[in-house]
Amino acid sequence: MAHFDEKAKPFSHKWLNERMAVDTVKKVLSTEYWIPKDINFLWAMGMILAATFGLLIISGIFLLMYYQPSVDSAFDSVNYTIMNEVGYGWLWRHIHGVAASVVFLVIYIHMFTGIYYGSYKRGREMIWLSGMLLFVLFSAEAFSGYMLPWGQMSYWAGMVITNLFEGFSPTIAGGVANFPGFVEWLRGDYVPGQAFLTRFFMLHVFLLPLVIIAVIVLHFATLRIPHVNNQHGKEIDFDEAAKLYKEGKKKESKVIPFNPVFLSKDVFVMGVYFILFFYLVFFHFEFAMDPVNFDPADGLKTPAHIYPEWYFLWSYEILRPFNKDLGLIAFGFAQVAFFLLPFLDKSPVVAPANKRGLFKVWFWVMIVDMIVLTVMGKLPPEGIWTVIGLVAALVFIALFVALPFITKFEKKA
Amino acid sequence: MKEFKILAVVVILSLITYWGVEPFAHSQMHKHVEGHNFVYDGAADIAEATTEKAAAKKAFWGEVNQIAKLPGNAAAGEALFGTCMGCHNGAGINMGGVIPPVLDHAGSLYDKKYLIALIKDPAMASNVDHKYAVTMMHPMGAVQAMVTTPQQIADVVAYIKAKKVGKMTPQAAYEEACGRCHANRYGNLTQLGETPKFKTEKEALAHKLKVLDEQALVEKYMGKLPPDLSIMIRARSEHFMETFIENPQTQLPGTSMPRVGLTKEGYEQVKAYLEETGDPSKEARHAIGPWVILFFVIFTVLAYLWKKHHWKDLH
Amino acid sequence: MSNRRDFMGMALGSFAALGALGALYAAKRTWDPLPSVKSAGFTTIDLSPAQENVLVTEKWRGKPIFILKQPANAPKSDREIHVAGGRYLVVVGLCTHLGCIPAYVADKKQFKCACHGGEFDSLGVNTFGPPPRPLDIPPFKISGTSVILGETGPEYEKMLAAGLTLKV
Repeated sequence: MAHFDEKAKPFSHKWLNERMAVDTVKKVLSTEYWIPKDINFLWAMGMILAATFGLLIISGIFLLMYYQPSVDSAFDSVNYTIMNEVGYGWLWRHIHGVAASVVFLVIYIHMFTGIYYGSYKRGREMIWLSGMLLFVLFSAEAFSGYMLPWGQMSYWAGMVITNLFEGFSPTIAGGVANFPGFVEWLRGDYVPGQAFLTRFFMLHVFLLPLVIIAVIVLHFATLRIPHVNNQHGKEIDFDEAAKLYKEGKKKESKVIPFNPVFLSKDVFVMGVYFILFFYLVFFHFEFAMDPVNFDPADGLKTPAHIYPEWYFLWSYEILRPFNKDLGLIAFGFAQVAFFLLPFLDKSPVVAPANKRGLFKVWFWVMIVDMIVLTVMGKLPPEGIWTVIGLVAALVFIALFVALPFITKFEKKA
Repeated sequence: MKEFKILAVVVILSLITYWGVEPFAHSQMHKHVEGHNFVYDGAADIAEATTEKAAAKKAFWGEVNQIAKLPGNAAAGEALFGTCMGCHNGAGINMGGVIPPVLDHAGSLYDKKYLIALIKDPAMASNVDHKYAVTMMHPMGAVQAMVTTPQQIADVVAYIKAKKVGKMTPQAAYEEACGRCHANRYGNLTQLGETPKFKTEKEALAHKLKVLDEQALVEKYMGKLPPDLSIMIRARSEHFMETFIENPQTQLPGTSMPRVGLTKEGYEQVKAYLEETGDPSKEARHAIGPWVILFFVIFTVLAYLWKKHHWKDLH
Repeated sequence: MSNRRDFMGMALGSFAALGALGALYAAKRTWDPLPSVKSAGFTTIDLSPAQENVLVTEKWRGKPIFILKQPANAPKSDREIHVAGGRYLVVVGLCTHLGCIPAYVADKKQFKCACHGGEFDSLGVNTFGPPPRPLDIPPFKISGTSVILGETGPEYEKMLAAGLTLKV
């Protein structure tokens, strides 16, 4: 049995250490959690995401105090009670709305940083997979939250997205992938209505945040053993580097402790980010709070243009140019493509994309294609836009089909 | 420095995406409509009219422009204005679909040429003549038999422009110009004006019934109940609001919404009321925003110094 | 000994899984549409006031229902409903692509969906764009000059058997 000092003052350092090993915990999680020194500001995106998630939770708590999940009062509880009556209610709503949009920008930067530096392979597969899982969960969280103000875009986005779950046409493969009645089951009604709103409310404020927090913990845990990657993809002997650092040979050591050295850079980057973030909250929020959603939900009036929020546009555009069944296949492909990245990349090389031959081309074409898809996804499906969208969707599929061959070739080179 | 190069790439790619999904996509989704700076000379009406109607519109607005040049006699106009009071009396009684508006601030709210056109032919002036086989069938059509000569029109308008002016609250401007068709529940307004407080449920329900009756009449006249404007200021862009109010037909061809002929001053007042009910935090946003941003600028400077302190002996 | 313990562990695990399955069934039932929602789904619509080539929009189970009286000279179709000498198209007014409400363009005699550009002719048959099938015909029963939506009459069953519509 462990030894407990009877004389230790309750809650003193010694007392806590004996009971909870606070010194060890602090070392493992913070002061001797080693991070490579060879990094740039893109390595701060994880902390920025954590901070933005924190903002979402805090602002969400205050919105929850006045929001009413009823089809009759949801719209006015947001747009009148919270925006007009509650002290600083507008501030929480603007923070919540802007953060929900900006968080995806940071997620994409975080993701593409990982792809660029090859941080998804050679022991880092679980980091990548748990991260992609977080992306899916954040998407579900964003979608369910978008339903809650019960405006026109809430209603019609809800209608369109839940209809996807009808599955393939009954004529395809004898109807095995057709799910009659599933959409109604999901909604609890023939159209989005009270049952629909309340269950998405439950998902948004309870179940999904709970799962997200659990997966964030998992994501952190997957980082601990393979360690964070560095700018040149160099393999670092962390024990040796840590020894040098602790001996005071900071210049020679290739690592820094998370706290306070890495953290000090993170906080600086976070400060820059917050300047931009609050500029958007106060002066430039329309991109995150679509005007169409300030019209109350009306099941008998489709808005002239229905489009998802910007962060879903690329996968929406992959669905759109095809007929229903083909579109669904392409859409499904887009959802799993990024998950499979560690297994599609056959090259063992961990290095920046710019130093990886054909993969460099692959990476930049992928980025441009994602941007093109995003823009086309918002434009009305007419004329030249449809053609560009179709080409971009085909390029996307081709990119992921070609990846194993490109990277295999790289291995030989 | 390398970090700045990386930052430049991230910023440029983000801005291209933003430009594509916001300004560019919206420019493609909504047709571009030029503002007319609240001048009502019928130019848009004539340009957008079908070929069989263009000639009539041209002739009509030509005459309006002629009348606008006549010197009006406000004293003579006052007597004629008495006939207007038969309907525009503030009694709140629906006549042919809508309650005739109160004209207490008509001189400030409505444009001179628009008023001339309105008295000459209400359906043509408000650009909803497509709704009527004969423009006399417009609820205000009878005015054509009451104020007939160009000089009479000029006199009445001179009177309105001279005497029916004065300071008005944004709410009064809204109620006179929009309120008899559009409710504003955040402003506690229905088509019957401000909803009073009731002591009993019975009184409240009786009032509600009166409102529903009035709404049914408006709905019958307009084809559908005009939308509640509580939060319209955030549902439409400023440019849309302005050009839509100037000439609804340009933005929504075939709409039953009439042009109301607001002056710039009148529009500003109406807009002020729509902001009061639909976006009251605007002032607070602009007051607090710079301070919050300043806070994070200082925060960032301090964070930079902290970072420098820890990184100085690393390289 | 250890084999036996493993067997007991597996037995316990399977039994617990059985309970979880039961709980899952209860959870599934909780997500089902309520009986009141399901039973509120019958609407009677009188077709006689409809005018030729003028779209009438009604509501059934929260969905818009399009009623379009076909002009006397329009070509005959299996998709129309005959009531008191008139020929009517009665369809669910939701695009079969992703459920937006198409608008009716009377002079072109076609439905046009604003969401993804799908088009249907005046009989609700898809003619252009992503919609995979014609506009769905709701279950109906003819009663005098009216149709009762939600009930199934012989005319509807015939259409269903002929594959003219999916079950909605």
